[in-house]
Amino acid sequence: MDSISIIGMVSIIIAGLTIAVGSIGPALGEGRALSQALIAIAQQPDESGTITRTLFVGLAMVESTAIYCFVIALILIFANPFWDYVIQHVGG
Amino acid sequence: MEISPDNIIFWQWQFIHINATLVYSWLVIAVLSIGSWLITRNLTHGPELSRWQNLLEVIVSMIQQQIEEASRQPSRQYLHFIGTLFLFIVASNILDVIPGFTAPTSSLSTTTALASCVFVAVPFFGIARQGLKGYLSHYIKPTPFMLPFNIIGELSRTVALAIRLFGNIMSGSLVVAILLSLTPLFFPIVMQAFGLLIGVIQAYVFAILALVYIASGQRAQSAEETEANEETVESEESQNPNSKN
Repeated sequence: MDSISIIGMVSIIIAGLTIAVGSIGPALGEGRALSQALIAIAQQPDESGTITRTLFVGLAMVESTAIYCFVIALILIFANPFWDYVIQHVGG
Repeated sequence: MEISPDNIIFWQWQFIHINATLVYSWLVIAVLSIGSWLITRNLTHGPELSRWQNLLEVIVSMIQQQIEEASRQPSRQYLHFIGTLFLFIVASNILDVIPGFTAPTSSLSTTTALASCVFVAVPFFGIARQGLKGYLSHYIKPTPFMLPFNIIGELSRTVALAIRLFGNIMSGSLVVAILLSLTPLFFPIVMQAFGLLIGVIQAYVFAILALVYIASGQRAQSAEETEANEETVESEESQNPNSKN
C-alpha cells in the first residue's frame, strides 16, 4: 500500500476508536451524576434549583472530555495535517 | 463541508480577510446593541411598562440573581462582564436557527477570544480586590512547589473553556449537516431544536464557569483566612474538654 491509503485508513479507524473509547467514560460519569442529582432532588425538593444548576455545570465539565475526543476525531477526518502534508509532497 | 466559518471568506485585500465569523459576530453585536438602544430609548419607571422594557428587565434581573446565587456576593461588580459574555453567546447560538446564519461561536477563533477575555479578567478582578501582592501570593499556596501546577491549571482551564464551547456548537451544526444528507425531512429539525437547548445551556455554563473562576481568584486568600480562624476556634474547643477532664 502507498502512504496515502495507509494514512487515510489509519485516520478513519483511529477516529472511530477515539469516539468509541472516549465516550464510555463520560457516559458512565454523566449517568452517575444524574442519578445522584435525582436522588438529591427527591430527598430535598426545596434545593432543586441549586442542585440543577450545579448538575448542569458539572455535566458540561464532564462532557467536555467527550467533546475533546470528538474534536480530535473531526480533525483526523476533515482537517488531517498529515494527510495534507502527504498530498502536497507525494501526490503533488 | 466547512468545518469552520473561518474558511468562508467574503472579501479579502492582501492579508486582510473578512470571513463569515467576523461578519456574523458584527451582526450579533449590531442586533444586541441596536435592539437594546431602541428599547432603552424611552424607559419608564411607572406601573405601566412597555412589553420590551419588561423583557429586558426580566433578563437583567435573572442574570443578577444567578450571579448572586453562584458567587454569594453582590452582583454589581460582575454584572457587566458576565452579562455581556452570556448575552453574546446566547444570542449567537439562538440566531443559528436562521437559515444562512452560522453561529460565530462555532469557530475556534471566537471562543478562544472569549476565553482569553476570561483569562485576563481573572487577574484583573483579583488584583482589584486584593492588590497585586495578595493576588500573586495565591499562586504559591500551599507551597511554592505548586507554582507550575497553578499556572498550568490556569492555562488549561482557559483552553478547556474555549474548546468546550466550540466543540458543542460546531458539533451541533455539523450533525445537522450530516443528517440532512441521510434523513432530509424531519430528523434534522429535532436535532436543530436539541441544538438550541445545547446552545443556551453552553452559554449558561460558559458564563457560570467564568464567574466561578473570577470569584475563586478573588477570594482565594480570604477563604483561607476564614478557614484558619475556624480551625483555631475548633482546636480551642477540642482542647477545652481535655482541660476539664
